[in-house]
Amino acid sequence: MEKEVMSSLKMAGNILCSASSFIRKCIFGDLRVGPIPNHIAFIMDGNRRYAKKQKLSHDGAAGGGGRYDAGFWALMVMLLYCQELGVKYITAYAFSIDNFKRKPEEVESLMASMLEKFHLLDILVKRLAVRVHFVGNLELLSNELRASAMELMEATAAYSKSVLTICIAYTSRDEILHAVRESCEQKRIDLEFDNDDDNEIKLMKVEKNMYMAVAPDPDIIIRTGGENRLSNFLLWQSCWSHLHSMWVLWPEIGVWNLVFAILNFQRNKTYHLEMRKKEKEL
Amino acid sequence: MPFSLHFSPTPLITAPSPLSKPFFLVPYYHTLHAPKSPLCSSTEHALTHQGKQEAFDRRPEDSQTLPLGLRRDAMPSHVAVIMDGNRRWARLRDLPVRSGYEAGVESLRKIVEICCKWGIKVLSVFAFSSDNWFRPKVEVEFLMSLFERGMQEDTGIFFRENIRISVIGDLTKLPKALQELMVNLEEATKNNTRFQLIVAVSYSGHYDVVQACQRLALKAKCGLIEPSDINVSLMEQELETNCTEFPHPDLLIRTSGEFRISNFMLWQLAYTELFFAQSLWPDFGEAEFLKALLAFQQRQRRYGV
Repeated sequence: MEKEVMSSLKMAGNILCSASSFIRKCIFGDLRVGPIPNHIAFIMDGNRRYAKKQKLSHDGAAGGGGRYDAGFWALMVMLLYCQELGVKYITAYAFSIDNFKRKPEEVESLMASMLEKFHLLDILVKRLAVRVHFVGNLELLSNELRASAMELMEATAAYSKSVLTICIAYTSRDEILHAVRESCEQKRIDLEFDNDDDNEIKLMKVEKNMYMAVAPDPDIIIRTGGENRLSNFLLWQSCWSHLHSMWVLWPEIGVWNLVFAILNFQRNKTYHLEMRKKEKEL
Repeated sequence: MPFSLHFSPTPLITAPSPLSKPFFLVPYYHTLHAPKSPLCSSTEHALTHQGKQEAFDRRPEDSQTLPLGLRRDAMPSHVAVIMDGNRRWARLRDLPVRSGYEAGVESLRKIVEICCKWGIKVLSVFAFSSDNWFRPKVEVEFLMSLFERGMQEDTGIFFRENIRISVIGDLTKLPKALQELMVNLEEATKNNTRFQLIVAVSYSGHYDVVQACQRLALKAKCGLIEPSDINVSLMEQELETNCTEFPHPDLLIRTSGEFRISNFMLWQLAYTELFFAQSLWPDFGEAEFLKALLAFQQRQRRYGV
C-alpha cells in the first residue's frame, strides 16, 4: 500500500516536473521572439537575510547546509536557465573587496564555503561546457583559493558555449585603478622607446586593461535583495546596462524573476535601440 | 540643462500654466521669461531684476523648514540628476523640441530652489552628454544658446543667493564664447558657499576616467609619481568632480522611467542610491523630489560591507 502511494507520488512529481518544464520551454520560446540579452550580471544580495530567515549557522552545524549553499545553487540554476535561453555571458558578484571588512568569522566562513564548492562547480561547468573566469584582485585571496581558481580557469579555457565570470575580491574602482596603472605604465614604456609620440591615452587602451575585458558590457544588471545601488560593481561597464532591482533574496530567485527582468529589458531596449540608432544616423 | 533661476513665488510674467489644462488641449507653452523688448538694456535689466529683488525680499523668514517626514540629519549632501524626458514631453504635447528644453529649465529652476531651501549642499545635473553631440545640429545649437542665455540672465541671482557654479566636461568642444562664459562664471562664483550647482556639459563617466588617466600618465612621464603609486586618492584628485567637497553623490535620480546610468559619473556612483522616477523631467516637481528623498532616507547604506 505504502509502495503504491510512494509510486503515485513519484509519478505525480514527474508529471508536475514535465508540465512545469513544458511551460518553461513555452515561455522561453516566447521570450526569444524579442531580443535576448547577450550578457546578464547578478549582484547576489540577500544571502545573510535568507540564512537568518532559515536559521542557518555559519558552518551548517545546525543542519540545513551552510548559509551560502543555497546561494551557490541559485547561481547554478540561473546559469542553467540562461544557457537554455541563449544568454552567453553570465557574471556574478560573489565577493567584494569591501566584504573583507565584515566580521572575520563571516569572511572565513564565506571563503571556506567557496573553496568547498569548487569541486561541485568543476563538475557542473564541465558538464554544461561553460568557460569560467575569476576576476578581481586575486592576490587578496588565500593561496589555496587562488590556486583552485586558476586551475578551474585553465581546465575550462576550451569551452565556449557559455561564459561564467565570477567576481571575487573585486570592486570596480579597484579594477579601474588597475587599468589606469597598467595604461600609464604602458604609455611610459612606449614613450621611453619612442614607440609612441602621442601623449594621449585612449579609452580603448584603458578598457583593454580592465579585468572584465573577458566579456562584453552587460545588457542587464540584476540585483536581488531590494536595494537599488551598484555597490562598486561594474561601474565602467554598466553605462548603458538596464538596471533591474528585485525584492526577492538571492537564494530565492526563480525562473519567473528572470523572465520578468528580461521582459523589462526587452521593453526598454526597443526604445533605447531606437534612440541610439537615431543618434548614429544623424 | 541651463539654470535660469527665479526665487520669486510670483513669476514676472504670468502665463497660463500648461499643467492647469490636460496636455492635449495646450497649443503652446509660454516660458516665464520676459520676452525681448525694444527697451534699452539698462532699463530692461532694471525692470527684469526689480521683480526678482522684490520677490527675494519677500522670501519667508524660515526658509529651512522641511516637509513632514523628511529628517534633516539624513538629508543627502549631494544629489545628482539625469534630466531625461524633455523631448518626449514636447512630443506628447505636439510641441517643438525646444519647448521641452525650456520646460526642463523651469523644472531645474524649481529643484535648485528646493535644494537651497532644504539644505542640500550640491546638485549635479547631466545637462549634455558626450553622446548628445550626435543629435541634430539645429538642436545642439539651440541647447548651446540656451546654456549661454541662462548663464547670462542668472549671474546676478548666483551672487545674491551665494551659489557656486561648476561646469564639468570636455569644454573644448563648446563654442568659444560659451567656454569663456562658463570659465568666468566658475571663477567669479568659486567663493560662494551656500549651495553648489555642478553642470555636466559634454561629459561622460568614461571621459572623466580617461582624462584623469591622461593627467596621471603625464605626471608619471614627468617623474612626479610612479604608476604603481596611483591610488583612490590620486585618482579622485584628477577626476572632474574634484571641484567639490562632496564628490560622490548620495542619491542619483533619473526621470522618464529609464533604468540606466547612461554614462554619467561612473566612478563617483559606486555607493550612490539610485532612484528611478517615471515622470518626465519637465513634470518632475517638489512632490516627486520629496518622494525620492523620502525613499533615500529609508535606505540602509552599507557601503559594500
